[in-house]
Order: sequence, then structure tokens, then C-alpha cells
Amino acid sequence: MTVTTSARVAAATARPAARPSNRMRAWATRAPLLPALVFMIVVTQLPFVATLVISFFDWNALYPKDRHFTGVDNYRQVVTDPDLRHSVWTTILLTVTVVLVSLVLGLAVALLLNRSFRGRGVVRTLMIAPFLVVPVAAALLWKHVLYNPEYGLFNGLLHYVGGPQPDWISHTPLLAVEASLVWQWTPFMMLILLAGLQSRDHEQIEAARVDGASDWQVFRHLTLPHLRRYLELGALLGSIYIVQNFDAVFTITSGGLGTANLPYTVYQSFYQAHENGLASAAGVLVVIGSIVIATFALRVVSSLFREEVSRA
Amino acid sequence: MSTVAVRVRGRGGAGLGLVAWLVGLLFFLPIAWMALTSFHSEADAAANPPSFTAALTLDGYRDFFGVSGGASPWPALINSVTASVASTLFVLLLAFPAAYALSIRRVRKWTDVLFFFLSTKMLPVVAGLLPVYLFAKNAGMLDNIWLLVILYTSMNLPIAVWMMQSFLAEVPVAVIEAAQIDGARLPTILARVVAPIALPGIAATALICFIFSWNELLFARVLTGVVAETAPVFLTGFITSQGLFLAKVCAASLVVSLPVLAAGFAAQDKLVQGLSLGAVK
Repeated sequence: MTVTTSARVAAATARPAARPSNRMRAWATRAPLLPALVFMIVVTQLPFVATLVISFFDWNALYPKDRHFTGVDNYRQVVTDPDLRHSVWTTILLTVTVVLVSLVLGLAVALLLNRSFRGRGVVRTLMIAPFLVVPVAAALLWKHVLYNPEYGLFNGLLHYVGGPQPDWISHTPLLAVEASLVWQWTPFMMLILLAGLQSRDHEQIEAARVDGASDWQVFRHLTLPHLRRYLELGALLGSIYIVQNFDAVFTITSGGLGTANLPYTVYQSFYQAHENGLASAAGVLVVIGSIVIATFALRVVSSLFREEVSRA
Repeated sequence: MSTVAVRVRGRGGAGLGLVAWLVGLLFFLPIAWMALTSFHSEADAAANPPSFTAALTLDGYRDFFGVSGGASPWPALINSVTASVASTLFVLLLAFPAAYALSIRRVRKWTDVLFFFLSTKMLPVVAGLLPVYLFAKNAGMLDNIWLLVILYTSMNLPIAVWMMQSFLAEVPVAVIEAAQIDGARLPTILARVVAPIALPGIAATALICFIFSWNELLFARVLTGVVAETAPVFLTGFITSQGLFLAKVCAASLVVSLPVLAAGFAAQDKLVQGLSLGAVK
């Protein structure tokens, strides 16, 4: 997708102008843009093309002389390998669960924060804090300080009420990873949805209330339709980030206990198993998955963007 | 909103405010607990049931900073500062003129160019990881902090271009035209006219780029070793338990997160705009 877009952009910006003076002026307009554009194409597009090429080779870095073209063999292997198939499923499960749960929680918190009460600014700041903990540090915090069966906070608090002392990570490994991510991403969703709530048309809401609409009716028929695109935006941006999650899986379970997602599998297959071809094929699959999400995301961003532009 | 809030306050308003406080405190609890534990002795930190009133000590921090032996985190912290600050500066240098060409003196098809930048952000890191690794290996750039600087620049450039073009679009055209009539050249216009007006936005953009670079793990983990390891890579040393080390882990996590917390709170008002790539204001 990005490759074709870049080609289109290059073609669009390089269209020759009718007269030399016009051409000069057009290039003068373009000049400030070019360094950034060229830099992005070189650093992000070329490596992806290389990944695409490598994905068609049987190439183990430990046996570099055996490197040869294998067509779609790597893809066949990725799609049929039970471990890899499992990691595809894990990626989907992890992404969907974290995005949906943090979206719902984020909406609830945004609704709570969208009303005036004493100390609202403080609560907002407290809410944002989890998003501002370095992801590895957050994962370490959950793994050792909260989940640890012997001295973690969760079991410590359970101890007070005489509850059981479960080993959270071994019993429910994927849930353990998901909970830590939900904690970090709820603030993100809350921020986007709060911005959405604050951009509502207050006159319209006031008019509906004067006409006798209840809180629920206002929410159902005015707030929710208005929030729809903000919900979509939160879900899609969240998906783009969480589909790529590496830090939490790497830190909390080290990809064990069936929690290896695709980014972790790609990392492992070339960094530890040195299977360059296989890793590239898996990487290309992650990209295809992301393109599906990204296409929707771009559409949502684009509709919000056009509204901004037409408003300005 | 204020009218709506006033109307509700009479009934369940105070109660819902209380709920909001409880939820906020609940989300903050792990961080508060991390901070408290970092000031406990290792024995108190590992107590079950947890002790809230144990004596406070700086031992966890002494341990983390390697005062009593062990690896010092300073080289990793300095690497993180280098990578984050340098890449943020490069991002600003590249993004500012680009944003100018996408907002003030617009190139043809400027929305296509904007969306090209956005689409690169949606290309997962793993898509290019292996070629970058192979390139770095052959070019002798493995374990070199400047490789991370280049990669972090590319990681944050799309966000910065989007944010900045939305800030620059707010600069009145009349002011720029006046400067042009006075004979000012482009670099002068950018530095003297546009930059001062867009300064708060540029600062927020810089803070957000700093946060993303500081947090990054996958590239740093794969492409650095002993010399260029960053703070998040240093933290991965705590993944496997090492006996009683909770206070040390908490101190480490807190120290490494402090710059991000500071930058995030400083950029609080513009955080949404940056995170949503400028789509939400």
C-alpha cells in the first residue's frame, strides 16, 4: 500500500509544468517537502521491499551458502505451521480483547470526566499516568510487583480477605498480558473520547433537554452518533499499536505459555532461530493484516480531516 | 457542557464525581504502589500481606544505580537521552519545512502527501526489522546509537508532520504575505514569522516524539548490544527474577519512566492531537 502510494505521490509531485518559470516555482514550493519525503521513502519503504524479496528465499543465517529461491514455500510453511498459526490467532485475540475492553472502559471514564466536579483536573492527570509509564517498565510492574504469586500486590490484598493465592501468569497467561495492556491503553481511549465529547454541539443537547429528553435519550440519540467516529478512530489507532505489541509479550511471558504473537514470533524466528526467509514471510503477513486495519483507519482519519479542512 | 453538568449536579452529580475519583485512584494505584515499594527495603517489599507502613529507605535506588556493585544504568540512560533528543531534533528539522509545504505554501496534491506520511506509520516495525538488521550488520552499524537515531527519526516523522501541519495551518496567511512584501526570504520567514506563532505546537510535537523514542524497545533490543543499549533494553535485564529485588525493580521502572511522565504531563493538552496523528484536536 505504502509503496504504491509513494509512487503515486512521486508522480503527482513530479508533474512537469508548462513553462520553465512555472516549473521553477513549483520546485521551490516542493523543496521544503523533499528532504522529509525522500528520508521516509528510503528508511521505511526500501526495507519493506527487501523483506518482500527475502520472504521468497529459503535462507537460514546459520547456513548462508544454502540460500535459494523457494517461491511461496515460506508462506506455505507459515500458514501451515501450528505454532505460527497459533501466533496469528493470539495476535487477533490479544488485539481485539485489549482494544474492545479499553474502549468500553475509556468511554465510561470519559463520560465520568466530562462533567464538572471538584478536582477534575487532578483525576484526569491520575488517569493519564498509566499511559506515561515506559511500556517495559509497566510490564515489569505487572509481572513482578502485581502478579507475583508470593509477594505480588494482588495476592497480598487477597491475603487480607483470606482469598486464594493464584499464580496469575501461569494460570491465565494471555489474560495477564491483556490486563496490563488494558491498564495502559484505557487512558489513550479516554483522551480521544473525551475530546469527542467536548466537541459536541451543546446547543443541540440543551435544546433536546428543553424538549424533555432524558439523560439516556441524549446519550443514545445525540452523544453516541457523534462519538461514532471517535470510537472508530480509537479502535483503529489502538489496533495499529497493539497488533505490533512486543514489549508486554516479551516482558511478562517471554512469548511462552501460548502468548507469542506475530511480532514476537518474527523477532524469535530471525533473532534466535536465524530463519530469515520464514521471518520475512511472517513479517509480510503482519503487514497484510495491518493494511486491512490501516485502510479503514485512513478512511476514518480522512473523513475527520476533511471535516476539519472544510470547517477552517 | 457546563450547563449540562450544573443540571445534573443537583441529583447524582456529587456521587458520580466520587466514582470518577475512585476510578482515577484505582488506575493510579499500581504507580503509587510502585513508588512506595521503591522506597522500601527488599525484605519489606516482599512481605505478604504487604506492609504499607514499613520504614522508608533509598536502598532500592542505591542498588539500581549500582552503588553496591552490579552494572551501572548510566550508560544506558545516556544512550536513551542521546537517541531521543537527537532523533527529536532531526524530526523537527525535517518536519518543519515539510509541514510548511503542506499547510502554508501548499504543494499540489498535498493531502495525498500527508496520507503517504500517515500510511508509513501504519507499516509495522517488524516489516522492515530484518533488512535493517542485515544492513546494519554488513555496514558495521550494529550496536551504534546513531542507527537508532535514524530509525527513531523515521518512526516519529509522520506524527510530527501531521501535528505540525495542523499547527502551521493556524498561522494567518496575511502575516506571511506581509513579510514577503517586506522582502524576507523563506528561511527568514520560517524562523522569524512562522516559528514564534507555532511554538507551543512545536514544543508539544517535540515532547511526543521524545516519548515515543524513549519508550522504543524492539529496534533497540535487536540492534544494540553492550555499547549502545538504551534504558528499556537495560530494564529487560529485570525480566527474570533475581531473588529479592522488588524495590530495585520499582526504583528502576520509576527512574526510567520519569522523563516520559514529565514530558507527558507537560504536553497534556496536545497529547490527544499527537496520539491521534492530528485527527483529533
